[in-house]
Amino acid sequence: MLELRWHSRAGQGAVTGVKALCDVMAHEGKHVQGFSVYGAEKRGAPMNAFNRVDENPIIDHSKAMKPDYVLVIDPSLVYTDIHYDIKETTKYIITTHLSKEELLEAVPAFAGKEIYLVDCIKISQEEIGRAMPNTPMLGALMKVSGLFEIDDFAGSMEKLLYKFPQKIIDGNVKAIKRAYAEVK
Amino acid sequence: MEQNRIVWDGNMAASQAMRQAKIDVVAAYPITPSTPIVQNYSQFVADGDVDGEFVMVESEHSAMSACVGAASAGGRVATATSSQGYALMIEVLYQASGMRLPIVLNAVNRALAAPLNIHGDHSDMYLGRDAGWINMVANNPQEVYDLNLCAFKIAEDYSVRLPVAVNQDGFLVSHTTEALNYLPDDEAYKFIGDYKPHNPMLDPEKPVTYGAQTEGEWHYEHKMRHEHAMYNSFGVIEKVLAEYKELSGREYKFVETYQVDDAEEIIICMGSVAGTTQLAVDKLRAEGKKVGLVSVRLWRPFPKEELAKYLGKTKTITVLDRSAPLGSTGALYNEVAAVMVDNGYNAVLLNYVYGLGGRDMTIDHLTEIFNSAKECSDAGKRVKPLIQTINLRGKELSFY
Repeated sequence: MLELRWHSRAGQGAVTGVKALCDVMAHEGKHVQGFSVYGAEKRGAPMNAFNRVDENPIIDHSKAMKPDYVLVIDPSLVYTDIHYDIKETTKYIITTHLSKEELLEAVPAFAGKEIYLVDCIKISQEEIGRAMPNTPMLGALMKVSGLFEIDDFAGSMEKLLYKFPQKIIDGNVKAIKRAYAEVK
Repeated sequence: MEQNRIVWDGNMAASQAMRQAKIDVVAAYPITPSTPIVQNYSQFVADGDVDGEFVMVESEHSAMSACVGAASAGGRVATATSSQGYALMIEVLYQASGMRLPIVLNAVNRALAAPLNIHGDHSDMYLGRDAGWINMVANNPQEVYDLNLCAFKIAEDYSVRLPVAVNQDGFLVSHTTEALNYLPDDEAYKFIGDYKPHNPMLDPEKPVTYGAQTEGEWHYEHKMRHEHAMYNSFGVIEKVLAEYKELSGREYKFVETYQVDDAEEIIICMGSVAGTTQLAVDKLRAEGKKVGLVSVRLWRPFPKEELAKYLGKTKTITVLDRSAPLGSTGALYNEVAAVMVDNGYNAVLLNYVYGLGGRDMTIDHLTEIFNSAKECSDAGKRVKPLIQTINLRGKELSFY
């Protein structure tokens, strides 16, 4: 079972990101589950969202997981406790404008952890026209995890976004591909 | 049957089944604590995907009242609610069932205030226990979709003519996205069938009265006819579920069981915790422990005879209630205890109150419960408090 935990602020699109990943993985014949932990439903409040992906039906309805990936889509959340319930092999993909050295200096808790950085806020602002870091984060996840070839994934996302104006679809596809290229 | 695979949460699964049922009237108060079920449905209305009436009213009491009006007028009717909304609806839930109106209610089970909480627990479902509705429990979005289609067919069957609630756990099912299979629109509708009005109010040739006053001379008879319909519904529910299995390939039973044949410790529960419990059973079975699971699908009418088939040989039965009994044992526990007495069974019975207000229930917690029950099995008697809690802060407490 593949498990992911998203750290986000309400309104940044983590729930949509979770659903998009569910859609694409389900389309590939996998069993999927996506859920989130809502607090008081306040825009800007920190929140978590979760993905499970497996070959077999997913019947666990608890929130307990030791994620394979921790996805942080708001830069300020690195300063909060995002290190609970992890395992040795947990990989972090973090949206930040900091370099790896700067991040390690600012947040020593990341020492010894496998971290990948990408500035999804900047990418989405430049490619989509607003700070919507969810879809670029999925592009970065594809690079780090190797789940899909980026062109296949971007193609699936394009289909998924069909209800949006073409400009938004194109922007998202560009953002996904750019995050794929830039994450390191 | 060729089916489409899609990713929906429990809310969307309910909304889509409602769309396929071609409902005449949906009356609702679509704001928290209700979930996006009717919001999704209103989108279908706006997009022209459904041509029934969508009536926005000013409260859940009015929502169910409008449903009663529309159903007695002679239309197919459904709505959705949760929590305080369900509580506000309760007076009219009794009206709907007493008038024998086949309304379908999607009840997303959420806690009741105070303190205010919109997360999953069974307090609202338990509140409606005696309201005379058939109550089915769906444990994931696939089951929400399937049981919704079945609900219309069961409710509208002439020998039943009772409202049906399809329950699903708030957030744990309603806001959890999973992949599921759904029937093509025409096949889904063909399965449910056209609505056949029975004594509709909107028939000037044959005037009828709904909700008349019956004092001592007739009230008792009406209530017992209602009771009779409820018991009759077992056969109809069984038939509809069998037809649905034929059509979809998905089987539903009054009680679902897992590894019970030789089980010495059994957990009995309702709702989404059943899946998690199944994983705890797998884990303990791998260690050679004889544990099993019974998940109750049909809350009303309660399937006493069906349940009795699985409880005769086990040593300990632990019943999980997701609602605070506040002065007695849990409602599901009480049902199970009655089945034990009626059949002369003498396994040790234990009751856990768990998961209130959405508190997490993990495989580890369920393993702990099974292991605790094993101590009673070994002792041959109850060596634990009757009511226990799990994943709760503070001291262990039990009134019994």
